[in-house]
Amino acid sequence: MMRAWWKLSVIQLKLFLREPEGVFFTVVFPLVLLITFGSIFGNEPVPEFGGRGTIDVSVPAYIGLVVAISGLMSIPVSAASDREKGVLRRLRSTPVRPHAVLAAWVGVFFIVTALGSLLLVLVGRLFYGLRFGGSLFNMVMAFTLSTLSLFALGFIIASVARSGRVATVIGMATYFPMVFLSGATFPWEMIPKKVQTVAMVLPLTHGVQLLKGLWFGEPWSAHLVNVAVLLGTLIGGVVISAALFRWE
Amino acid sequence: MNVITVEHLFKAYGPVVAVDDISFQVEEGEIFGIVGPNGAGKTTTVECIEGLRFPDRGTVTVLGLDPRTEGDRLRQEIGVQLQEAALPDRIKVWEALDLYASFYPRTVAWAELLEQFSLAEKKEAYFARLSGGQKQRLFIALALLNDPRIVFLDELTTGLDPQARRAMWDLVRQVRDRGKTVVLITHFMEEAERLCDRVAVIDRGRIIALDTPRNLIRRLGGEVRAIFTVAEVAFTTPASMVMSTAPAIAAPSPAVVDRVRQALAGVPQVTKVESAEGEVVVHGQGTDFIVAVVTRLGAAGIYPQNLRTEQATLDDVFLALTGRKMRD
Ligand SMILES: Nc1ncnc2c1ncn2[C@@H]1O[C@H](COP(=O)(O)OP(=O)(O)O)[C@@H](O)[C@H]1O
Ligand SMILES: [Mg+2]
Repeated sequence: MMRAWWKLSVIQLKLFLREPEGVFFTVVFPLVLLITFGSIFGNEPVPEFGGRGTIDVSVPAYIGLVVAISGLMSIPVSAASDREKGVLRRLRSTPVRPHAVLAAWVGVFFIVTALGSLLLVLVGRLFYGLRFGGSLFNMVMAFTLSTLSLFALGFIIASVARSGRVATVIGMATYFPMVFLSGATFPWEMIPKKVQTVAMVLPLTHGVQLLKGLWFGEPWSAHLVNVAVLLGTLIGGVVISAALFRWE
Repeated sequence: MNVITVEHLFKAYGPVVAVDDISFQVEEGEIFGIVGPNGAGKTTTVECIEGLRFPDRGTVTVLGLDPRTEGDRLRQEIGVQLQEAALPDRIKVWEALDLYASFYPRTVAWAELLEQFSLAEKKEAYFARLSGGQKQRLFIALALLNDPRIVFLDELTTGLDPQARRAMWDLVRQVRDRGKTVVLITHFMEEAERLCDRVAVIDRGRIIALDTPRNLIRRLGGEVRAIFTVAEVAFTTPASMVMSTAPAIAAPSPAVVDRVRQALAGVPQVTKVESAEGEVVVHGQGTDFIVAVVTRLGAAGIYPQNLRTEQATLDDVFLALTGRKMRD
């Protein structure tokens, strides 16, 4: 079964790399944003960002952007269109376990998300003197929690969407408000207080806050609400999609 | 030896009864056909056998296994080509074979399957770029990867042109010749007739006949037809027949059909005379049918042109059994 999971993962990764849209939004687009704002504002510490530079606050936020595109677009669209085309039906007529298919999806999109994020960090570091004040371990934990939580949300979308097209529409309708209001694209500090209150219902807001906080070395205890919301989304997403997801 | 036993299978989707008390057995090494019009319940029946759907009532045994409780072991032993299934657009032919091979503990070498199904030069092609026939050949190859004992082929040739269809029939025979049992599901009566050792004719969720195609035709549709045109000018001036190069008249006039009918009146082999699609069609039975018809017509000065005969087909069997045509 390990062999099946491995082959499924390799194929899923190849299929992802063969779709230009996926690579663009996951890897290229966040990088272009970073380079654009980096070129305009540089990374000088400014008071609006609490004495940090534009790049310093942007990188953890854009990681949230990468997490969101994988969770809310890549996973639902790929799962729903595989179901629509009958790819999943064909798999079901073989001895392969559904868990292996699921594990391949999660594994591949996790790796892709991690690579997209790592690229942001590398470019920030090499070209703009990105500052990092946290611990690598905490960062990995925060990243993993946010990613799995958004993936679980994506599987709910994949469960309710009857086709790849519907999944795209629902995915976009969730993705855009989330990335604009959560602080993943527009800095949180610039979002009006009233909108901030509303944005607190979005799981991605909590993901971005957690990633940003731990990036600058804040303790977990300062982010208990974020962790609780993300964990709740993760558990809720798994329970709901386990009940609703259909292979055909 | 029976490899599949189905007893009193029943399956409904809400109010729609798809399979209504179906029983049959499939013997090892045969090509067993399940034929019937669209919506008859063919796919539902085989998917219950494959363990992809669960029947509401009835029992299914495949290779001694119960698909409901031993589905995992069963899937190792069977190969399926599903009616509605696909591969991702951008998977390459070899990648699909390599991937599916990883699902089974024991497989045949997929490189050989590529050769056998003439896909070797398409090895690096994306699935979406394959022609209909190539896609179906790939699906058969995938179904054979685990060297299964039974292969299920559901609407294998639907959507293929006649040439590709014939090529596919040869491949199916080759599969059987390798000692596999083939269950072939189709709504093409001709396909079942050419390919199957035995066929179950299904209509509205029930088996309405089950036998070899030959026996079915002999029993239920043992009819022969003589089809021809008649130059109308022949009736008025028989002598000018020889010279006449006038094109055949589009539809035989009622007068022509009447003349033929009169000429053939009292011929025991003839059952019916009618006109269809510009031709006269004489229905009848018996090995001396054609001789009797031509002799009588000749004696009456009617010279059939473009004469051809048609034997009964499974389509006629279906018509005889249900009073409806297969295709509508
Ligand atoms: N998943 C399903 N849900 C509801 N009705 C179905 C489903 N699958 C098939 N049916 C219905 O069951 C009947 C038999 O369908 P099917 O087994 O696919 O027939 P066939 O393969 O002979 O064309 C049809 O009326 C069809 O509409
Ligand atoms: Mg069908």
